Amino acid sequence: MITSFAPTPGAAPRSRMLAAQTSMEFRLLLRNGEQVGLTLVIPLLLLFFFNLPLLYSLDSPRRIDFVVPSIIALAVMSAAFTGLAIGTGFERKYAVLKRLGATALPRSVLLAGKTLAVLLLEAIQIVFICAFGFALGWRPDGDPLWAVLLVALGTVAFGGLGLLVAGTLRAEVTLAAANLIWLILLFAGGIAIPLSRYPSAARQVLQYLPSAALSHGLHQVLELGNAPSTHDLLTLFVWAAVALPAAARWFKWE
Amino acid sequence: MSAVATAALEVRDLTKAYGGKPAVDGLSLLVPPGSVLALLGPNGAGKTTTIEICEGFRRPDGGSVRVLGLDPIADATALRPRVGVMLQGGVGGYTSAKAIELLRLFASYAAHPHDPAALLDSVGLADVAQTQVKRLSGGQQQRLSLALALVGRPELVFLDEPTAGMDPQARRGTWEFIRRLRADGVSVVLTTHFLDEAEHLADTVVVIDAGRVVAAGTPAELTRSGAEGQIRFRATPGLLLASLVAALPAGSQATEPEPGRYLVSGEVSPQLLAMLTAWCAGQGVLADDLTIGRRSLEDVFLELTGRGLRT
Repeated sequence: MITSFAPTPGAAPRSRMLAAQTSMEFRLLLRNGEQVGLTLVIPLLLLFFFNLPLLYSLDSPRRIDFVVPSIIALAVMSAAFTGLAIGTGFERKYAVLKRLGATALPRSVLLAGKTLAVLLLEAIQIVFICAFGFALGWRPDGDPLWAVLLVALGTVAFGGLGLLVAGTLRAEVTLAAANLIWLILLFAGGIAIPLSRYPSAARQVLQYLPSAALSHGLHQVLELGNAPSTHDLLTLFVWAAVALPAAARWFKWE
Repeated sequence: MSAVATAALEVRDLTKAYGGKPAVDGLSLLVPPGSVLALLGPNGAGKTTTIEICEGFRRPDGGSVRVLGLDPIADATALRPRVGVMLQGGVGGYTSAKAIELLRLFASYAAHPHDPAALLDSVGLADVAQTQVKRLSGGQQQRLSLALALVGRPELVFLDEPTAGMDPQARRGTWEFIRRLRADGVSVVLTTHFLDEAEHLADTVVVIDAGRVVAAGTPAELTRSGAEGQIRFRATPGLLLASLVAALPAGSQATEPEPGRYLVSGEVSPQLLAMLTAWCAGQGVLADDLTIGRRSLEDVFLELTGRGLRT
């Protein structure tokens, strides 16, 4: 029982808020059983189908070595952009976030917590993707730490974009936009089809998309065993550095 | 600190319109520190709009709002940790979280939070700590919402219809809680359309209708003024007033302002009361809720707005 309600207000340190927020968001993500199932199964199905040579031919001598990095990029984009945007959009619609807006929690910490929770979910996804990839004969190359860095940067970039969409548009518009952009980036953003297949004029523009930088970077590391290019790292970094602060700036609680 | 303690809330000439239709229309409030103010009014009177402006959710069209001496929007970062909020209509926040999880999350935002388990126990929810928020009953959600408002040890709490959806026992429990807050120096602004709630809890009652203050004062002040020489009672509607007046001392008057509610005015004396009750007995009518010289807040409200409230 509480013996006194004498006021002693104050905000907690941001690090403590961030740890608690991330942990809560992650537990809520996992609690949504069907969603977790889909999140885990869809990339594995796509991995299986893109690995079949019936869709289109690839330049890679070993198809699986091209497909696994693509699927990792796809998983990051799906979870951090589409999943986060739709989930957050509906939280706004149903006034979940309005209540948080009346607490000491800053918007930036809420958004960072959501992004970190997605990163934790992706770690699980990537373990499954890699395991399935190995089962199909995947032989990765390169330094895995580069891949970790690319995934983290990609998550912040896509998470920021997803939260920007969710925090400024209506939930129904967010739902449509997040799916449409996902589809466009899948095919025109260097994930399902290498940008080398596009005319060079198109490539000059498309290479600056976050999906292209993430996908190209992951292929450089995992398929070819190189370090990611400064161009890809910088592209992702700029998207991340712009999108998350922009989301924190314009995000509306309700 | 200034010599004069800063008001917990000071609202001056507040206006807010939605689509050209005024919701709040020149409203002023003053809440001294450590006191309880009840905003009383029917649905649509502007209570929630007012409180959400004070909470920083909405921007006023005109007038000024100072919460603990600060601006609710410009100074939100400094203000939010010091203010506890209970929104209208359910808990808000993550409804698939368990009750204790949500309370722990909110505790993590505060520098010196209450122990979440102890606070949950205090609002009578220890048994449902592991229940998902969305599976709690309406009254349980309200109590969790109260706990969420208090977990950061705020100086000021805004409680928007704190007992809506509660059974009578839980309401009394919540009243007891609000009295403890006041005793411990927490300032409280609550909205209600329950008259007894305002009457029991508030140091100041502000009656609003159509976005304006129609009356303000202590419950005693509001119910006393203009009440000399009046007897009020309830009985079956449609009593013959002429017959009643004829039975009373000369100069007495009788009216039925609402069906079944009677108002007798005149020089209140033991004789008047005796004659009134004798007449009722002769008619086979039981005079219920008979009060002398004291209006209920509901009477005040009816006189001011011509509209009924829930008791």
